[in-house]
Amino acid sequence: MRKTYILEDLDCAHCAALIEENVGKLEGVTQSRVTLLTQKLVVEVEEVKASGLLKEIKKIVKKFEPDVEVVEK
Amino acid sequence: MTESAKTGKKARLMSKKLRKRLIRILLGAAAFFVAVLVEYVYPGLEGWILLPYLIAYGIIGGDVVKKAVVNITHGQIFDENFLMLVATIGAFFVGEYPEAAAVMLFYQVGEWFQSYAVNRSRKSIKELMDIRPDYANVLREGEEVVLDPEEVKAGERIRIKPGERIPLDGVIVKGSGSLDTMALTGESIPRDVECGDEIISGCINLNTVLEAEVTKEFSESTVNRILNLVENASSQKAVTEQFITRFARYYTPVVVILAAMLAVIPPIFMGNFSSWLYRALTFLVISCPCALVISIPLSFFGGLGGASKAGILIKGSNYLEILAQAETVVMDKTGTLTRGSFAVAEIQPADQGITQEELLRLTALAESHSNHPISLSIKEACKNPFPAEEIEATEERAGYGVITTWRNQQIYVGNEKLMQELKLTVSPLNKPGTVCHVARKKDRVIEYLGYLVVADELKEDALLCVQKLYQAGVKRIVMLTGDRAVTANAVAEEVGIKEVHANLLPADKVDMVEQLLQETSEKGKLIFVGDGINDTPVLARADIGIAMGGLGADAAIEAADVVIMNDQPSKIAVAMAISRKTLVIVKENIVFALGVKFLVLLLAALGMASMWAAVFADVGVAFLAILNAMRAMRYHA
Repeated sequence: MRKTYILEDLDCAHCAALIEENVGKLEGVTQSRVTLLTQKLVVEVEEVKASGLLKEIKKIVKKFEPDVEVVEK
Repeated sequence: MTESAKTGKKARLMSKKLRKRLIRILLGAAAFFVAVLVEYVYPGLEGWILLPYLIAYGIIGGDVVKKAVVNITHGQIFDENFLMLVATIGAFFVGEYPEAAAVMLFYQVGEWFQSYAVNRSRKSIKELMDIRPDYANVLREGEEVVLDPEEVKAGERIRIKPGERIPLDGVIVKGSGSLDTMALTGESIPRDVECGDEIISGCINLNTVLEAEVTKEFSESTVNRILNLVENASSQKAVTEQFITRFARYYTPVVVILAAMLAVIPPIFMGNFSSWLYRALTFLVISCPCALVISIPLSFFGGLGGASKAGILIKGSNYLEILAQAETVVMDKTGTLTRGSFAVAEIQPADQGITQEELLRLTALAESHSNHPISLSIKEACKNPFPAEEIEATEERAGYGVITTWRNQQIYVGNEKLMQELKLTVSPLNKPGTVCHVARKKDRVIEYLGYLVVADELKEDALLCVQKLYQAGVKRIVMLTGDRAVTANAVAEEVGIKEVHANLLPADKVDMVEQLLQETSEKGKLIFVGDGINDTPVLARADIGIAMGGLGADAAIEAADVVIMNDQPSKIAVAMAISRKTLVIVKENIVFALGVKFLVLLLAALGMASMWAAVFADVGVAFLAILNAMRAMRYHA
């Protein structure tokens, strides 16, 4: 299934790439894409793993960009 | 309510985070100034002067230090924060206190401006696409209720007041007026609508109250489709963008390794460790590829935004690249170069003293009961029709025409075959369009009255379109059509297309495009332009499929790579111009950013560039590249 998250206040290209890469490595995630300009993270994830995903993503985002808020859409 | 919400959003020029950072930069700048002043007033402080500089440094770069430390614990070494930290601490170490604090200050200022510029351009592109309706006035049991457009079902009635945005696609059931379609089509002339007309969400109702029946739910509506399309567009990355991402991955480690080598190897042979260390630190300052990583996607994004402002939806940055390389343009005729609707092009009475108007009136009368597109166009052309009630009988004869009895006479309207039945000889006419012969039988006398030619109308800018495409460097324009050769050739001649293939079935069109693709040079690309009806396979087969008239044509929006929202074929040339401009900007940014960086790297290695120059090479260039990228958004025809 596809999930979309808004990464509020994301404005660093380097961090965007890192977030994309690390979210992509999460278990059950088959595709992860961060678009800096729309501040969006789109994730393809297996249905079973979807429930805990937001928490994992928040952890990753906090690591690279502590000021960015993750909002599920 | 919505107005205030809107202005509230707009008033927030800077995010909280940006404001916080700005305040810290200003405080830090003040502290830095104090430190400089102290050093100037008390020159004898020697080592103690480090203290005020350290305080300034702490205020300015505290968060960079913190992030760097946090990231190291995560195993992130080539992180820009860490590199800045190493560079500035190194500067303190070699005794360049003011430089250490200043480099951090300028780095922060530059970073701040980058964020600001990215936010601004993101916002202005969002405003370009600000077509989302906020609410709908729904009539439920006679009461007007204000609802979110997503809550309205198909079949419900909505009321649209002057100045309001049409929330959902529908058909007008009450009222008439004019609509501003600017946001969707880039067209500044309002479109007149009346009862029975389809209206499209996202347009603005100008000055009358309209009531409409909703035909599609919000998720299916035009406005939602367009928004989705635009939002997803930037995730289809262009080749250049992918290249930059790959490049950035190697650039930083390479520069850092070079810096390390610069700090260690030359001093072994030449000594003077601190001078070489300074040069190495200068390298670190330039090691972030920010300018490229930010400005290239931003340029493409701007190009997409600028295009959508002109009423051209492009589904991804990659298509901007292909559009710029267009060599062959293949165009469908009906619906692309012509309106796809018929109109009376010629009225030619035989010399029996019958006027053009009389001929038209009689023809229109005879066609009264027919709904064929040709009949409709004849009836539309007749401003002063005879009352249809007086018709006694109408006989439609498929493949021949129609015979209508009226006031004791019979009017025959049809093709040559019908005339031959009446023993009338008409010379075959080689006219583009459909010829309708008219004859009358009165008191057993048959007379030939003349003929009308009904043809598909050429779009106003069809000629301009072809001219502009040739001007833009397109080498070959080919017209494909299922229509007869006579009609096709006439249209082609009028607009200036030299190559025509007529009488094609949809499958033939695919074969033709295959063949043309092979004839197109290696680097050149083939564009197919159609109206999205019957040509979906061709739209998909071409390097780029452009669909005309996205308004209302759902299939076209799905199948094409580029959608032209109004019906103007000349927008193809505009799309090409925008994509070329965008690519020029992209190239400028790559050359400029890399050029300055390599130059400064070289000068730094030779000991001819200071850290100041390095800071400029890093953040100054990024800032200028962003400003340049924003030009992609503005296109003036």
